[in-house]
Amino acid sequence: MKRKLVVIGNGMAGARVVEEILKRDPNKFKITMFGAEPYGNYNRILLSNVLNQTQEPQEIFINPLSWYQENDITLHAGVKVIDIDRERKKVEGLKLSKADVAYKDQVPLSEEDVVKESYDDLIIATGSRPFVPPIEGTELKGVFLFRTIDDCHQIAAYAKHCQKAVVIGGGLLGLEAARGLMTHNVEVCVIEAAPQLMPAQLDLEAAQILKRSMEAMGLRVFTGVVTSKLVGENGQVTSLLFKDGSTLEADMVVISAGIRPITELAFKCGLNVNKGIICDDQMKTTDLNIFSVGECVEHRGVIYGLVEPIWQQARVLADVITEVNPKSTYEGSRTGTKLKVMGVELVSMGEKNSNDLNDEIIVYRDPHRSIYKKLIVRHNKIHGGILLGDIESSDSLMQYFMSDLDVPENRTEILFGAVSGTSLVDVSTLPENAQICNCNGVCKKEIVSAIKDQNCISVSAVGSKTKAGKGCGSCRGLIAQIIEATVGKVSYDASEHFYVPGIALEKSQLVREIQDKQLKSVSAVFKELADGKEDADSKAGLASLLKTVWPDAYEDERDARFINDRVHANIQKDGTFSVVPRIYAGVTTPDELMRIAQAAVKYQVKMVKITGGQRIDLLGVKKEDLPKIWKDLGMPSGHAYTKAFRTCKSCVGTDFCRYGVGDSIGLAQQIEYRFQGIESPHKMKLATAGCPRNCSEAYVKDIGAVAIEGGKWEIYVGGAAGATVRKGDLLCTVDSHEDVLKHIGRFIQYYREHAKYLERTYGFVERIGIDLLKGILIEDSLGICAQLDAAIQRAVEAYKDPWQEADIPAYDHQFSGPQLIQVIHEVNNNG
Amino acid sequence: MTKQTIINLGAIEDIPLGQGRCFIVQNDEIAVFRSRSQAIFAIENRCPHRRGLLAEGIMGNDKVVCPLHGHKFDLATGKGSEGMECVRTFKVWQENGQILLEYPIAINVEKKCEDHYAEIVLSANSKIYYREERK
Ligand SMILES: Cc1cc2nc3c(=O)[nH]c(=O)nc-3n(C[C@H](O)[C@H](O)[C@H](O)COP(=O)(O)OP(=O)(O)OC[C@H]3O[C@@H](n4cnc5c(N)ncnc54)[C@H](O)[C@@H]3O)c2cc1C
Ligand code: SF4
Ligand code: FES
Repeated sequence: MKRKLVVIGNGMAGARVVEEILKRDPNKFKITMFGAEPYGNYNRILLSNVLNQTQEPQEIFINPLSWYQENDITLHAGVKVIDIDRERKKVEGLKLSKADVAYKDQVPLSEEDVVKESYDDLIIATGSRPFVPPIEGTELKGVFLFRTIDDCHQIAAYAKHCQKAVVIGGGLLGLEAARGLMTHNVEVCVIEAAPQLMPAQLDLEAAQILKRSMEAMGLRVFTGVVTSKLVGENGQVTSLLFKDGSTLEADMVVISAGIRPITELAFKCGLNVNKGIICDDQMKTTDLNIFSVGECVEHRGVIYGLVEPIWQQARVLADVITEVNPKSTYEGSRTGTKLKVMGVELVSMGEKNSNDLNDEIIVYRDPHRSIYKKLIVRHNKIHGGILLGDIESSDSLMQYFMSDLDVPENRTEILFGAVSGTSLVDVSTLPENAQICNCNGVCKKEIVSAIKDQNCISVSAVGSKTKAGKGCGSCRGLIAQIIEATVGKVSYDASEHFYVPGIALEKSQLVREIQDKQLKSVSAVFKELADGKEDADSKAGLASLLKTVWPDAYEDERDARFINDRVHANIQKDGTFSVVPRIYAGVTTPDELMRIAQAAVKYQVKMVKITGGQRIDLLGVKKEDLPKIWKDLGMPSGHAYTKAFRTCKSCVGTDFCRYGVGDSIGLAQQIEYRFQGIESPHKMKLATAGCPRNCSEAYVKDIGAVAIEGGKWEIYVGGAAGATVRKGDLLCTVDSHEDVLKHIGRFIQYYREHAKYLERTYGFVERIGIDLLKGILIEDSLGICAQLDAAIQRAVEAYKDPWQEADIPAYDHQFSGPQLIQVIHEVNNNG
Repeated sequence: MTKQTIINLGAIEDIPLGQGRCFIVQNDEIAVFRSRSQAIFAIENRCPHRRGLLAEGIMGNDKVVCPLHGHKFDLATGKGSEGMECVRTFKVWQENGQILLEYPIAINVEKKCEDHYAEIVLSANSKIYYREERK
């Protein structure tokens, strides 16, 4: 019989410990997890990147919901445990509603809201909550904390209507929040009660340099200022009042004043709790069957607020609970931190000031370049260190510190790297279980095995296998060294994350550069972002992206297009083209059919074929005949050649079918008129069905609308019936054709903005997850729906039938075929 | 028998900027490209893979991508991205806004020319004349 293991808390510690347990023994436990947040586990560290918009929320998930299924874990997401019954070995959870904040208090309203589970072993991994200072006004609208993905969304949404934001707290998180807010077009001001920024990590001198650097980025910083009250009007925050009587206007406030372990559950059931839940070296609480891990733990008097110690705890706990190594012990961690603020390089570790006269203190100052480096060496080991402005040697320094190694005789080498240019820490001498990636807790041996056994020879390949280097990124140098030491050479394929191969940027970064620098043509993008080096494989992707970013102002350069998009027809293997006129929803007229027939004869097309998308394909047309045949057809382009909205199939629906409950033809025509020719990362094929019998295969289309009883329509997205077959996921159910059009448009626009080039909707929907999509597109969790609606409307208005180029070609020789050069011999026959 | 000959392919503007065009010279289809930086290249038009039309490919960084299956060819050397594939290249340049191509023209063997050189005469309609002379 498997033992029943219940884990309370589905955050970084909870999910990690489960991973570690499964690694050791996948069959020992039947695992059940409770998480107060309604998602799978995500990387909380990266919330700073989500707030500063360098990463999409969906990119930071470590364990998506499918991971729980695959590993046979029961996950109660959005359920908060409110009671532990140690006598009966049971826990009781409460389903939270959307509006509840995961880390605040709630009471059950009815029995139905309660989930009960019994356990043999229990792990408490409840993490911590942001500390809210006891001042008036923190409940006002516009006051936020910064801990969860929902917090991020709310901050971003609210910032849209704000000009002035204040962050209370000038610690690591406060500064990251402040920098993130700046990307939302608000003026940001940081208030710190201590006389300096980051008082826990920096000495005064470093803090002053940091303050200047932050100010140079446009941030205002006030230190030594104590907030006494948040003042509001109509329930909305408007200003801050300080102890000294001065005030500061603010439309929004983010409080980042430290964290407090969540211990009330443990306390209520009688476990030993001080500031945190007290654990021994095996991560056991005072109950033999209850363990604890993460930020809620107090171990040897220390509470850790960083992930790296948590990984170590998780490993020990897993060793012990699976009995793989029952003697394993956790003896505390040394911690170092990196500030994840774009434009400021800062790493600190250990003590910030020396308190022993025998310590060696090595300081380097370069005020002009805002560089400051300080090392405290005690007994030939690093006792503390600060690197500001230049953190090049930080990863080796961190290794010395974490592994408690003796430092080299020549101390400057530690601050500046070895003179010889070789790395200070010889990775080959590091022990097998030296931790390389502190954010994700990956050891050297896991990396070496990924390199050797899975042939991961680039930093990003190692990252996708082991997660190493995927957190703050500061260990990437070491990973490269390990690869080098193992196979001799590192291959670089950072490019796999680039939107197009020729420009070293991910999609969101690329879009931002395009917008900031106002780049409206493909050649302008190459000029500004790739040193003028044009890359053939990047052109078409860029062209498609630019058209999405600038629907009406895009400068169309035809050489950037694939041949199909230059001449609006599909190239065939013999170099001829196929012509597919638009037939809205597959409904045509005798008159159109006659014109098609006449054109087919006149241009001697090689085949006339009815397509799967309910239209007619004329195959084998010469390039130079294209404009003529379009004119003869007198029908708009069906876009059968491009990455765009293709067609919307329909069944006969209510007009003729005896089962039909919705007007599928009418709707399909409306859809096709509205979205014809809208370009996207890959093609989009749609369908509508008049009832769930689904004669038009709407369930397996990129987007499908299916009529159900009561005049409603279900909208499915991400279906596929090509090389991949997938049933679409239900996005929403709506009442009217207008609403169908609205939601389809919203999805299309989100897909246009966020999918990778050549990513079909099925991959996209799977990657992001339908739950998140519903949140974003239906519940408007990011507050971007209005923006999406407006953007798709602009794209719809910018549509022009490309076949009109039959009359006015876009450029000379657009439709020219090969040119015959006559070679005339004028031979002098004088021989 | 062939003879290196200079042939005028017409005005440079007749090749759209950043694109290629196909010219048929005797029995050869030749794809001529004009990059955005105004460099000109000439290679054989048919892809060695499955005869895709290289003149219709996207070019960039002095390479062209075949529109059918994406094999790539260096425009200057003809070297392909896949295995041993490569295409013929031709010497091409511009003079007075005209594109000139050096092409080994097939000549009538019976004429028994031995050593000769060709000189070109430009004409407005880009027809080609050349004169052979004894050395
Ligand atoms: C913006 C930000 C940036 C950070 N940057 C860094 C960094 O650069 N480096 C670093 O090392 N650390 C960083 N941290 C800290 C790091 O994220 C935490 O140390 C880590 O997440 C702690 O993991 P945990 O599992 O203990 O807690 P959490 O990740 O908070 O997980 C606890 C989970 O338990 C849930 N929970 C609580 N009570 C209950 C209950 N009764 N029932 C059910 N579920 C419950 C919570 O909702 C939460 O989801 C950062 C934190 C934030 C917020
Ligand atoms: S899907 Fe339903 S309404 Fe449409 S044709 Fe089939 S049975 Fe009729
Ligand atoms: S024909 Fe050129 S790549 Fe296949």
